[in-house]
Amino acid sequence: MVEKSLLTPNLSRRDFVKALGTITTALGLPLTVADKAAEAASNVDNRPPVIWLHFQECTGCSEAILKTTHPSPAELILELINLCYQETLMADFGHSAERLLEESIKKYAGKYILIVEGSIPLKDNGVYCKIGGKTAIDILKHTAASAAAVINLGICATSGGIASAGSNPTGAVGAPELLPEGIPYISLPGCPPNPYNLLGVVMFLLNFNKLPEVDSKKRPLFAYGTLIHEYCERRANFDAGRFAKEFGDEGHRNGFCLYQLGCKGPITHANCSSIKFNEGIVWPIGNGNPCIGCTEGDVLFKESLFSHAMVIQPRLNSNVPPATPEDLGKSPTAFQGAVVGTVLGAVVGGGAVLASKLSKEPEDENK
Amino acid sequence: MGSHKNEYDVQKSKIFTPAFYVFSVIVLISVFIIIYRYVMGIGYVSNLNDGWPWGIWIAYDVAVGTSIACGGYVLAITIYVMNNFKYHPMIRSAVLASMFGYCLAGLSVMVDIGRPWNSYNFFVPSQWQFNSALFEVALCIMAYSLVLIIEFLPAVYERTSTLTKYPRIAAFSKMGYKYIDKLLFLFLSVGVLLPTMHQSSLGTLMVATGFRLDDLWQTNFLPLLFLTNAVLMGFSVIVFETMLTTSLFKRSFEKEIISLSRIIPYVAVAFILIRFVSLTTSGAWGSVFTSGTLSVVFWLEIILLLIPSFIIYATQFGKSQRGLFVSAMTLMLGAGLYRFSVYLIGFEPGPGWGNYFPSINEFMITVGLISIEIVGYMVIVKLLQVLPNVSKSH
Repeated sequence: MVEKSLLTPNLSRRDFVKALGTITTALGLPLTVADKAAEAASNVDNRPPVIWLHFQECTGCSEAILKTTHPSPAELILELINLCYQETLMADFGHSAERLLEESIKKYAGKYILIVEGSIPLKDNGVYCKIGGKTAIDILKHTAASAAAVINLGICATSGGIASAGSNPTGAVGAPELLPEGIPYISLPGCPPNPYNLLGVVMFLLNFNKLPEVDSKKRPLFAYGTLIHEYCERRANFDAGRFAKEFGDEGHRNGFCLYQLGCKGPITHANCSSIKFNEGIVWPIGNGNPCIGCTEGDVLFKESLFSHAMVIQPRLNSNVPPATPEDLGKSPTAFQGAVVGTVLGAVVGGGAVLASKLSKEPEDENK
Repeated sequence: MGSHKNEYDVQKSKIFTPAFYVFSVIVLISVFIIIYRYVMGIGYVSNLNDGWPWGIWIAYDVAVGTSIACGGYVLAITIYVMNNFKYHPMIRSAVLASMFGYCLAGLSVMVDIGRPWNSYNFFVPSQWQFNSALFEVALCIMAYSLVLIIEFLPAVYERTSTLTKYPRIAAFSKMGYKYIDKLLFLFLSVGVLLPTMHQSSLGTLMVATGFRLDDLWQTNFLPLLFLTNAVLMGFSVIVFETMLTTSLFKRSFEKEIISLSRIIPYVAVAFILIRFVSLTTSGAWGSVFTSGTLSVVFWLEIILLLIPSFIIYATQFGKSQRGLFVSAMTLMLGAGLYRFSVYLIGFEPGPGWGNYFPSINEFMITVGLISIEIVGYMVIVKLLQVLPNVSKSH
């Protein structure tokens, strides 16, 4: 399907349906969905309008999308979605671009998907990020108000990201803090998030007209429901206690577990270990770099890259001692203290009684 | 060893005393809990978790328990290495106590490990990991338990060779006694080597925990400190045990114990000096008054060693039976507290793991293991020639 792009001239219906079938399978959806998708995608009028906003960020999330091949970005933005506004990709610029944004908001009010990339600075009335004379705060609130759904793309848009690190000089926050009440949204954190997770969400929206199931941080469960640790290719080394101790040492060269180098895999929810990057070829841990926890707002940029992650694992069964922090920190009950105290008291008391029976006169060792 | 035969004596008193019944009941309770632990899993009986992977079983039964069991070790050094044969009559009771201490430490490890069904790998040399301090500890404890059992066998054979009703057992015992008597020097030398190795490794284990052990205890001197601590504990335990049997079994006083106790102040001061040097090299002097409870524990350890050392070194009270008993008990508390601090009190697994306090079941297993030792010791000294023959020897 890569050879025959959806944009290839004279693309047969068969190739088109094949392509959608592959996408559907990749997302783990039932194959019947492929037919629905074919229907939905082939009908030009049904292309969902998408507005894509950039704020404080590096555009890495967009770059990641541009590197996909199935579907290629061209297929995505021309065939599958109706991309109304995307500063990196659009031909228009200046006033023309801003006019396009306003027109799209009016034309597709209540229908368009809003994708937010980058954090929003709140400090000093948001003067640190302005586009066309308007602050990021105003643009986001204005655009989100009439969106059908919002997708927060990348760690910056979900929880502030690198701009909010340390002293957070611009007062940067993620988009969820500013979105108007009642607007459904979903978060795809990552640095960058895997582009196929975005495509998956868009395809899901396209087919079912709703957002996929999410966890407590509004991340889709199909992508963020498991820990990297659970499906990590180096997991066997973790279980066997084979660790790289420093970069470039023997264990590192042998592909041992990177936990002791600060890998955050055990606390990071993402599917990197399953679908990887660059079309499923490579990913950080596979390359010998510890996971930095980029899908967890309270890990990346908040914790040291080299600190040891607290290993959280679901309990296998009741015979395994509690491993999650919620079960911990029990202080001793009065009964526990009483039992321990009684035994210690008995030992000391018994010793005292015995001592009192022994003579306190010095013994003559030469007797 | 035939020439030493009348050095030892059977303690002639009733076996089924009230104390016997009390401790036996505690043993039965703990055996029940241990069975429960194997049926239901370790999470059902203990407060252990991934942050606190070891608790009272390791801190007391292994770390403190094996040091209490070092009586046989220091006495073997005193007698066979330093050539002080006047202490020889004490060796059997010390070896008996050591044997119980080490075997029960091994048992408590089997209770403590999360996947005991994998423990057979320990006997498969291809599975050995020679870089592991824990491996060395396990190997030495197991080997030393065996050596202690062999060292104690002559006492058993002496008894079984007199069983005229069972001539085969008697003949076998006589033969066994003869061979062990000839080879005992070999086991004795291994028996001196093994504790030297693993007592220091018990310290190495906690060096490996790095910053999770508080500054006050974390130091590269831990192996040396644990070895010195074991020697200190060994001498204190011999004095303590002797005074305990003297008092409980109403035996006459073994006056060798006074000269043996003289070495304790020197060992204690050496230990404290090494401790101070280690604080200097690790730059932890700043924490000795500023760590709250930990500082209190730190000073308690030192005071519990210094005061009894002074009593033994400088006072007449230290030469009395009561003085020796109280000093030895205080020294054991101090030396034991040090090991407890290194293994539990000074250990901080990291944020979120909370505090550890043993559950009732956990605590009862430890109390039960101690009770096994007490009951076993009480019964065996009344069956076999173990305790020094005070009336004959001098």
